[in-house]
Amino acid sequence: MSNEKIQAELEKYEANVAKALAKFPERKNIPEQRLYTPLDIQGDDYADEISFPGVYPYTRGVQPTMYRGRFWTMRMYAGFSTAEESNKRYRYLIESGATGLSCAFDLPTQIGYDSDDPISEGEVGKVGVAIDSLADMEVLFDKIDLGKVSTSMTINAPASVLLAMYIAVGEKQGVPADQLKGTIQNDILKEYAARGTYIFPPRPSMRLITNIFAYCSKNVPKWNTISISGYHIREAGSTAAQEIAFTIADGIAYCEAAIKAGLDVDSFAGRLSFFWNAHNNVLEEVAKFRASRRIWAKVMKERFHAQKAKSMMLRFHTQTAGSMLTAQQPNNNIVRVALQTAAAVMGGTQSLHTNSRDEALALPTAEAVMIALRTQQIVAYESGLADVIDPLAGSYYVEAMTDRIEKEAMEYIQKIDDMGGAVDAIEKGYIQKEIQDSAYKWQMDVESGAKTIVGVNKFQIEEEPPKGLLRVDASVGVKQTAQLHEMKAKRDNAAVQKALTDLKTACEDENENLMPHILNAVRTYATLGEICGVMRKVFGEYEAHVSL
Amino acid sequence: MEDIAQELLNGSRLALSRAITAIENEYDNATAIMKKLYPHTGHAYVLGITGPPGAGKSTLTDKLAKEYRKQGKTVGIVAIDPTSPFSGGAILGDRIRMNSLTLDEGVFIRSMGTRGSLGGLSHKTADAVKAMDAFGMDVIFVETVGVGQSEVDIVKAADTTMVVLIPGMGDDIQAIKAGILEIGDIFAINKADHDGADKLVTELNMMLDLDGVMKEWRPPIIKAVANQNIGVTELVETFKKHHDHIVSSGQLTQRRTERTKNEMLDLLSSNIGSYITRNIVDTGKIDKMVEDIKAHKIDPYTVVSEILQNMLK
Amino acid sequence: MDKRIRVLVAKPGLDGHDRGAKVVARALRDAGFEVVYTGLRQTPEQIAEAAMQEDVNVVAMSILSGAHPHLFPKVVDLVRGKGMKDCLIIGGGVIPEGDIPALKAAGIAEVFTPGTPTGKIVEFIKTNVK
Repeated sequence: MSNEKIQAELEKYEANVAKALAKFPERKNIPEQRLYTPLDIQGDDYADEISFPGVYPYTRGVQPTMYRGRFWTMRMYAGFSTAEESNKRYRYLIESGATGLSCAFDLPTQIGYDSDDPISEGEVGKVGVAIDSLADMEVLFDKIDLGKVSTSMTINAPASVLLAMYIAVGEKQGVPADQLKGTIQNDILKEYAARGTYIFPPRPSMRLITNIFAYCSKNVPKWNTISISGYHIREAGSTAAQEIAFTIADGIAYCEAAIKAGLDVDSFAGRLSFFWNAHNNVLEEVAKFRASRRIWAKVMKERFHAQKAKSMMLRFHTQTAGSMLTAQQPNNNIVRVALQTAAAVMGGTQSLHTNSRDEALALPTAEAVMIALRTQQIVAYESGLADVIDPLAGSYYVEAMTDRIEKEAMEYIQKIDDMGGAVDAIEKGYIQKEIQDSAYKWQMDVESGAKTIVGVNKFQIEEEPPKGLLRVDASVGVKQTAQLHEMKAKRDNAAVQKALTDLKTACEDENENLMPHILNAVRTYATLGEICGVMRKVFGEYEAHVSL
Repeated sequence: MEDIAQELLNGSRLALSRAITAIENEYDNATAIMKKLYPHTGHAYVLGITGPPGAGKSTLTDKLAKEYRKQGKTVGIVAIDPTSPFSGGAILGDRIRMNSLTLDEGVFIRSMGTRGSLGGLSHKTADAVKAMDAFGMDVIFVETVGVGQSEVDIVKAADTTMVVLIPGMGDDIQAIKAGILEIGDIFAINKADHDGADKLVTELNMMLDLDGVMKEWRPPIIKAVANQNIGVTELVETFKKHHDHIVSSGQLTQRRTERTKNEMLDLLSSNIGSYITRNIVDTGKIDKMVEDIKAHKIDPYTVVSEILQNMLK
Repeated sequence: MDKRIRVLVAKPGLDGHDRGAKVVARALRDAGFEVVYTGLRQTPEQIAEAAMQEDVNVVAMSILSGAHPHLFPKVVDLVRGKGMKDCLIIGGGVIPEGDIPALKAAGIAEVFTPGTPTGKIVEFIKTNVK
């Protein structure tokens, strides 16, 4: 059918709609068109914009076979209490068929404080496992073969230290660094913008990140050195387009920093990975994943002149949206997570974490985690969604929305470029303000009823308080502190002091790569707090920008 | 709390806080408190800090306060943010830049909203400063956003006024130049590590040259990077220079005389204002008056004369 | 008189999730309150001292990390210790139902869990502030 013919038919259809509307009013507050047609995607050139899986611009996926080869990595984020407790949960997950580990650390660990620091009071072991030194890390991975498992660590400001500990555990297990597989999040910019677990100011933080890029490209080549994360930006309240725009702007900033530090773009770009949110609107999410791949490919090719195909491929981990879990009628969350899983899979994710139904209330119980993992397995093995590559390509709606999200995101990226890049835009508070505005709008829409959340502002019921939540024993802090003191009494404290002094000297020399020095310190059982303390002294601490 | 003023003078921080609340909320006891505090004021060095939003005023204030603390001086900070004209509410977010000062017992920080009161803000700010002065603060910062008329009034209450600017403000500087030339004793170019800092210095210098009138004090322009603590010591030294200058030239006395006069007039008009609100507006008398005037039973001039006569009885 | 309800919105502990705190801060502003926002990583001591210096009528805290059983009561004690007898202290975040009685017994006037409309918080403050 020619476009003219479609246009004519569309007009007839619209006339019909007008008649129907007189009798049947439509639901309000739907931002999308009622119907999409070939007219909405006439600008798309198949070869340039969509193309084939494994082919630039990778809109349809980064591998030629996608899930026809193997499924995404089913990676469950876990960790709480002590290393010993978390180790049990990891082994349980591996026995249940999880194919990768994902470590959650407690907040003192994420912000570089030891468990006995006064500021850690009440936080030890709460949102993740407490790691004070290599000793804890050895327990965390006890009886887990680092040569076989791939491990993702949600760690940012002190990512270098935790990576060093992982390398040191590998050494003890006899696994050389070049065999280690996994990811560190290591994405400080989104910490400033959305997640809040920063330590140092941007400059030294960017240096640590480029140090890791350089060190790993030589010594830990299978390691994903960064997971540039939109997940938390979305959790903080952004829209889908803002999620990928701000994150890709961060990615651009990391590339620029690394290139400025003298690295060749193709030496590190292949190890960059991304981390997206799978939110409630299934089709919008699929379009977002597709658009993100296309944007990144173009950025890497046109802006950074990458040569290697791998440098242009946006590989990503996905987590279902934690902020969309409701405390009300928590079993409904199982359904939400299933739909979000479907979106991530149709969007071509490389790995996936599914949230548990009870996480709006507390850390998940083992039973709830099992349902979440089973959700992935059902989508993989039963739903058929993983049987055909990029199944929604060619949908007038999904292609049009992929274009729209790409355009919207590119406008943001342009704006951020004009401000001098992501670091400047964050320091000006621009990105934070955009996210907050979206978060506030969302909340007001929910409160006004413009947006429906089942069980929260519609279909509410009286319910009994949920039972059987996981509780982290308050004694974890005491136990962890005792173990830390015991370890400090046993270690060679002279060696620790020497390593820390060396690290300080290295910090003061901007041209020195800090990774080897951190690794040396870690091997002496210097604690995370001691190592970060040295860096805090030299680098100072970041002061947040807030404009409400 | 029985006697807020006395407890404040005895060193109670809670009393200082309550005194400022009384001033801010125009509580009945505010005048009594101020009467008792007044003899204990006049010792503090008052610094006004103003500039456009995003210039880093709070961060700079934080660092300057720390510098004064190093010298053993106690510091009071009054941070003013705009009240929303729609809701009457405000986000008072300056404090967030000064969190590390919170637990310093030699520092007291108070955030205030402009509350859109008619000319009342400058008088409230001045009283809050007096309360901190009477409490014994050596240096008091008054930080306020923008360079509109009410901000100008507020910084007039200061012994030294610093205007904070940043590079990359584009044409804004042209728009605000009249205001800033008038009130700035010192100009700080914050974020001076960003492009355009030198250009801004040149532009400012040109404006100051064009200002024409030969002044005894040419406002110095100091480059700073507040979040890296660059330029902070120099700024404190410059404050001292300005302070010495206004003392030796007699300007401080002159400024304080002017200020006392302004404050008295302010107080007077705000008291008259509240008298009118209390006796004419709130009582509903005004409606009758308006009706009579509208009906031409009487003219507005006579009505006003009568009100004033009654008031002075 | 020109009185406004003043609220300190604070994030005690180390948790960086401030979406809720910021949304609440804005909603309180839009309800006509003066909101002193102190941002992330505030110790109980800092919160209490800031509450005193600002002479706020309400301290509103948000924690998502599970550190509330320790931190909320500590803030209550410190605020009361400053002589702020009438200050209303409320909390919110990921807080299991089972923890709420103990928090209330410790002096937290009300606990707001996920899904609470901001209007409910505004109403609570208006009704209960002294």
